[in-house]
Amino acid sequence: MITAAAPAPQRAPASVLTSTGTITARNLRRMTRVPTLIALATIQPVLLVLLFTYAFGGAVHVPGVTYIDYLLPGIVVLAIGFGASQTGVAVAEDLASGMIDRFRSLPITGTAVLAGRVAADAVRNLGVVVLMAGAGSAIGFRFHAGPGAALTAAALAVAAGTVFSWLNMLLGLLVRNPEAAGLAGLFPIIILTFTSSTLVPVATMPGWLQAFARANPVTGMAGALRALCLGGPTARPVIETLAWLAGILAVTIPAAISRYRHATTA
Amino acid sequence: MRRLIGLSGQYAAVDPFLTGRENLVMIGRLHGLGCRAAHCRAGELLNRLGLIEAADRQARTYSGGMRRRLDVAAGLVAAPLVLFLDEPATGLDPEGRLALWQLLGELTAQGTSLLLTTQYLEEADRLATSIVVLGHGRLIASGTPSQIKARSGGDRLEVTVPPGDDPGPVARALAGLGAGPSVVDGVTGRVVVPVADGPAILPELAARLAASNLPVAEVALRRPTLEEAFLALTRQPGPGTALPEPAGSRSAGSPGGAGPAKRRSP
Repeated sequence: MITAAAPAPQRAPASVLTSTGTITARNLRRMTRVPTLIALATIQPVLLVLLFTYAFGGAVHVPGVTYIDYLLPGIVVLAIGFGASQTGVAVAEDLASGMIDRFRSLPITGTAVLAGRVAADAVRNLGVVVLMAGAGSAIGFRFHAGPGAALTAAALAVAAGTVFSWLNMLLGLLVRNPEAAGLAGLFPIIILTFTSSTLVPVATMPGWLQAFARANPVTGMAGALRALCLGGPTARPVIETLAWLAGILAVTIPAAISRYRHATTA
Repeated sequence: MRRLIGLSGQYAAVDPFLTGRENLVMIGRLHGLGCRAAHCRAGELLNRLGLIEAADRQARTYSGGMRRRLDVAAGLVAAPLVLFLDEPATGLDPEGRLALWQLLGELTAQGTSLLLTTQYLEEADRLATSIVVLGHGRLIASGTPSQIKARSGGDRLEVTVPPGDDPGPVARALAGLGAGPSVVDGVTGRVVVPVADGPAILPELAARLAASNLPVAEVALRRPTLEEAFLALTRQPGPGTALPEPAGSRSAGSPGGAGPAKRRSP
């Protein structure tokens, strides 16, 4: 028998922690079951390390450092950025399927729904960092600045992933079409990564591009990660990167929450 | 407010990559149920909606009807005081539809209010205590099912010709007898005439049939279905303009953009 009007009105709503945790668990489950998500979290990061090392590694010469040591800190950001594009896809899918309507009918905040996705992404990104460091180590990558700096690098990469997640959720809620959201999420990361110091030193680029590459936040991020992995002064690049990330979050979080409240099915 | 309501939209808003049970436990947790309570409630609803055997399969393996039932179950998790349903029987097979209607009947008997929109007039007739008929964005009628049926012109006279015969001549013989346009169904060989006062019309009917000398297989007098009432109300025929439709056309379905909304209160 169904109990209809049971103690429903008296029940306390789920705490923000419980609701965020529940949404996080849902998204983590999906990551282990949706084939695209599995591939993006496992095969793709390893492929990126191998492809760039062996295809570009012979052509690019960075003074005083092996290419894998130069490449790996930055390319982690590329892998995380690629993975984050699926976050926009998933949000657009949730919007199209009515899942977001369902969530909005529940006594939980929109922040919990979005933060639950960011938290799940962070767990995945931590896995991606470990996986890429492992794959890199197998072909010669080494941390040269000690375990503390290595852990800081991993934390910074995951923090960058959080920014990508918020950005892509916002894109997904704006674009509303899953395929379009995927493309919209890939463009910025591809353009910004390839015009940064992530894959090749800025000095090898034509002059006009160098100016852009130096101003590109991804260059700063790659530089900060590289300093943490290879050694050298870290305080300034890390603080600059954190400032960039905080700046983008200050815009994307309120915008995404506001879009979540008002977004309707495409 | 969101603690008091349940929602089941037109499209089954369940996560296809979670199992039926995981979907319902997630909704329960988001409603503030404890872990055990959420599992209990999920099991109870899966059992009640005939999904217990598929409970631990991912929802993407479900048939359309199973997904719909899971979606309705998701709306019931919190034992809501008011349940909003948008075309709940869409895509259900007859068995599933009857089971759902029975369940909704039990819920309203226990004090849950139901607000549902439907194009299936049979559903409205069966479940609703109060109906609001909308057509082309305007309120057409509201009231109990019997009030609405009464407004569309009393009873329905049904005359069926022998199999294979054209019902057209009978329709012409009965022209002007009813209170509205008659509906001719060439496939079943049936002429349906709305009549204000059924029993009073029978002598005139007998006289006309005798005079026309047309063979008739069956004569029946009945209350109108809600669908007939709906069609009569949305078409707004003027009195005396009753013209039989061409033989062979079936009057089924509702005019574009029209849909009745209905409500049941305890």
